[in-house]
Amino acid sequence: MSDQTHMPAGHDLAPGDEEQHSVGARILGYVVGLVLALLLTATSFFIAGTDLVWQPSIPVALIVLAIAQMGVHLVFFLHITTGPDNTNNVLALAFGLMVVFLVVGGTVWIMANLNANMPPMDQIMRMQ
Amino acid sequence: MTMTATASQAHADPHHIGLVVEHPGPASKRIVTAYGFWIFLLSDIVMFSCFFAAYAVLSGQTADGPKGSEIFEQRNVAIETVCLLLSSFTCGMASIAADMRNRFWFYLGMTVTCVLGLIFLAIEFREFADLVARGYGPSRSAFLTAFFSLVGCHGLHVSAGVLWLLTMMAQVFAKGFRADVLRRMMCFALFWHALDIVWVGVFSVVYLLGSGA
Repeated sequence: MSDQTHMPAGHDLAPGDEEQHSVGARILGYVVGLVLALLLTATSFFIAGTDLVWQPSIPVALIVLAIAQMGVHLVFFLHITTGPDNTNNVLALAFGLMVVFLVVGGTVWIMANLNANMPPMDQIMRMQ
Repeated sequence: MTMTATASQAHADPHHIGLVVEHPGPASKRIVTAYGFWIFLLSDIVMFSCFFAAYAVLSGQTADGPKGSEIFEQRNVAIETVCLLLSSFTCGMASIAADMRNRFWFYLGMTVTCVLGLIFLAIEFREFADLVARGYGPSRSAFLTAFFSLVGCHGLHVSAGVLWLLTMMAQVFAKGFRADVLRRMMCFALFWHALDIVWVGVFSVVYLLGSGA
């Protein structure tokens, strides 16, 4: 393993590394990411406290905004993109996301089911 | 001319199978290190997802204690969020400065990142201390247990990140921008940005969804 900082025409890109850009282009990337993230955050906080939209849509909107903002962070701050030199990083991310959705989705699903099928606590007490 | 062509051909195709595979060799240490750290970050996110799942299940189990909407203060959360977002930006500036070997901008970016991280921690600590003082500690209800463990776990990560940040500044001060120091700096930047991603989940799911319910 060589210790050089910049690969000579490499085939892979380290997570967090960008393709060769000038300093100005790199700073611009972070500025765009920051502006997008601030916009999405402001929208989230606005949506959560407003009466302007149909109330049952608020949780869905918040989750969609959160996922969008996570995407912005991944692309502009962590530089996980769809480029061919980024395949390894994206595959690892895809596997991680799969585990996250299995854990969260599975837990919520199963626990809601158990909760719905369990008799109320006072009924359990009387059976004993 | 023909000789050199045959020689290079033999080198690229040592077993003469007629298939020339260009072999770039093992990846550079920077790529291997950052990729390994990326795997760690993903496993850390999987661990956070367990806390999120526990919170989602227990958020309604208040045991006649306070509900989320009664204890969350949106203004504080907004300030915390802006602090973390700006710190992610300044951390990016510091890593660009590190790549450029520019000490002044590196120290400046890292210092601002550190101060923003400390403001975040101070606000969170005050919120926790206030809740405990009002008798709403983690042992009050299952909801508060899940809340304190999820948000507290993120806070512990930020604290560890601040310590790591100070270590990186000291290493650059003592050793300069050596290749190994730059690799650590890269891992630190990944860590700090990943914490911001987890915080997006926390403020959306815990504070905003919780205060609506």
